[in-house]
Amino acid sequence: MLYHEAGQYKTTYAQDMALLPIAQERWSLAGLLVVAFVGVPSMAFLGIPPFDSDYVFSAILLPFLILSLAALGLNVLVGYCGQISLGSGAFMAVGAYAAYNTAVRLPELPILVALLSGGVAAAAVGVAFGLPSLRIKGLYLAVATLAAQFFFDWLFLRVKWFTNYAPSGSVTAPPIDVLGFRLDASVERYLLVLTIVVLFAFGVKNLVRGAIGRQWMAIRDMDLAAEIIGIRPVYAKLTAFAVSSFIIGIAGALWAFAHLGSWEPLTFSIDRSFHLLFMVIIGGLGSILGAFLGTAFILLVPIVLSRLPAALGTPLSTSTISHLETAVFGVLIIVFLIAEPLGLARLWSLAKEKLRLWPFPH
Amino acid sequence: MAFVLEVLLGGLLSGVLYALVALGFVLIYKASGVLNFAQGSMVLLAGLAFVKAQAALAAIAPFWLAALGAFVFAAAIMVAVAWATQRFVLTPLLNQSQLSLFMATIGLAFVIDSLGQLVFGSEVYALDIGLPRDPVFLLDGVFDGGLLINGLDLWGAAIAAVLVVALVLFFHRTGTGLALRAAADDHAAAQSVGIPIAWIWFVVWTIAGLVALVAALLWGSKLGIQFSIAFLALKALPVLILGGFTSIPGAIVGGLLIGAGEKLAEVFLGPMLGGGIEYWFAYVVALSFLLVRPQGLFGERIIERV
Repeated sequence: MLYHEAGQYKTTYAQDMALLPIAQERWSLAGLLVVAFVGVPSMAFLGIPPFDSDYVFSAILLPFLILSLAALGLNVLVGYCGQISLGSGAFMAVGAYAAYNTAVRLPELPILVALLSGGVAAAAVGVAFGLPSLRIKGLYLAVATLAAQFFFDWLFLRVKWFTNYAPSGSVTAPPIDVLGFRLDASVERYLLVLTIVVLFAFGVKNLVRGAIGRQWMAIRDMDLAAEIIGIRPVYAKLTAFAVSSFIIGIAGALWAFAHLGSWEPLTFSIDRSFHLLFMVIIGGLGSILGAFLGTAFILLVPIVLSRLPAALGTPLSTSTISHLETAVFGVLIIVFLIAEPLGLARLWSLAKEKLRLWPFPH
Repeated sequence: MAFVLEVLLGGLLSGVLYALVALGFVLIYKASGVLNFAQGSMVLLAGLAFVKAQAALAAIAPFWLAALGAFVFAAAIMVAVAWATQRFVLTPLLNQSQLSLFMATIGLAFVIDSLGQLVFGSEVYALDIGLPRDPVFLLDGVFDGGLLINGLDLWGAAIAAVLVVALVLFFHRTGTGLALRAAADDHAAAQSVGIPIAWIWFVVWTIAGLVALVAALLWGSKLGIQFSIAFLALKALPVLILGGFTSIPGAIVGGLLIGAGEKLAEVFLGPMLGGGIEYWFAYVVALSFLLVRPQGLFGERIIERV
């Protein structure tokens, strides 16, 4: 009933091909965007809990949005094109350092151009490390992309040029100026990141329903058959690597500039790659919504777990808590893979099916 | 010349350890098609269990008995891990994609790592199983001063060789070994002729656990047991690419090649590039190798049927 589309007639082709063909979806998304763009900042401005504290923005909302962007990028590669990558942490690092070097070495350029250069650099690197995908598949490819991870971990640690010869290896991003405004407060950075994430989410949504997205999905579903009907695997796979790495690179640059401010070479370690892959799989492969849901899950579970012992009043040492936290996290991942292998996005589409009929049985 | 040979031999001998870890990967991948990321964590858990049990037993028993008892205890833990993995992770995930299974083993690695450290503590432990540590000089007559080799490494190589021979005999001369190879070839066909797949998986994970225990003993007596051992898994992955995911000799040869190549590169190329290149050298070698031979040195040819 709530989700019933009866009576919504599509009278033009444009309506039929609309991004969100159902009115309820349009309205709920519009509502969500209004809350995110207007509601949350004004609540922060008026000091309404929980948005009155900086913690909510700097520890939950900013990481959530930026990692969602990275998961979105990885989802293009893994979920839509079927190429497994364990190097996404490295692509984030490339984005961050490229943006940093552009911003430091060419200070006259606007910061948004620096962020963009991070994406471009990551895309170039992604295509280079995507080349093996033309010869190998599946887990072999996954292991091969680890090469990117280890190579860039080493590069940014050892080659001092990239860190601008900072003695400790840790670098500080310049302040973010957009159109003459300096974004200092977390709320302002939140708005910038939110704008970028929304733009990219719509962009990817459009990309995957166009010709290129259909080519990716054909390659994913059966590469031989795709090749036989005239899809060039080289072009499809490398564009997927390029688009995916570009988005991940932008996410990396945002992570460094808008979230961390200053960071060390090992910030973008292999753990980051694994977490991103978890987000994509738990959220649901090949789903835009899934990237956001998966990120929320992977980000919030450790936060909840680390607060649980204190809330229950059990006296445990810090190391015990952190070990328990990791163990429970691991168990949750296994349970989730067993219980819902298609991810949270699948749960949402099941719920939608139920809502179409509810509360009537037929 | 002597220096090059010394570096080469040192690299080959450290390659033995990579080979042992890679061997655990290959065994599991062959039998169940799972790339087991938790192999490094299994090495860590086996090592922790052994060290703790040995310390506890040393108070009441002579050295050799304590070591033996600790070995039995650690082996029992590995059997329990194999059973639990088969029962709670593999069977429920039957017929899922390889990616899901791989991610599940990453989850498993988190669980094993953290529970192992929770139960056995997370300090660095010294491990002593009575292997000689004295340096040995080889080929004294050929080179001036001979080649300096750690006696421990030679023992490690010997133990690894014995282990590989035992595994090959087990796979080719016993009924269970035959069943394992059948299951590796084709799950469905093996099941249809009455081979119990769940049992096969249990056996294979147990064997991989025991290989992990041996790797832990050798690695631990060289460098001590500590958390960083879990990252050994990442060192073994290029070995797998080089040797092929499905080949036992491939794991050994790949391990030796990577071990030797890594040390030679670190010594001779490292200074030019700023040092520390052994972190990625193995991966880049494996990657360029993949472009030429996608199935690895000894891997089965990947044939695709439409």
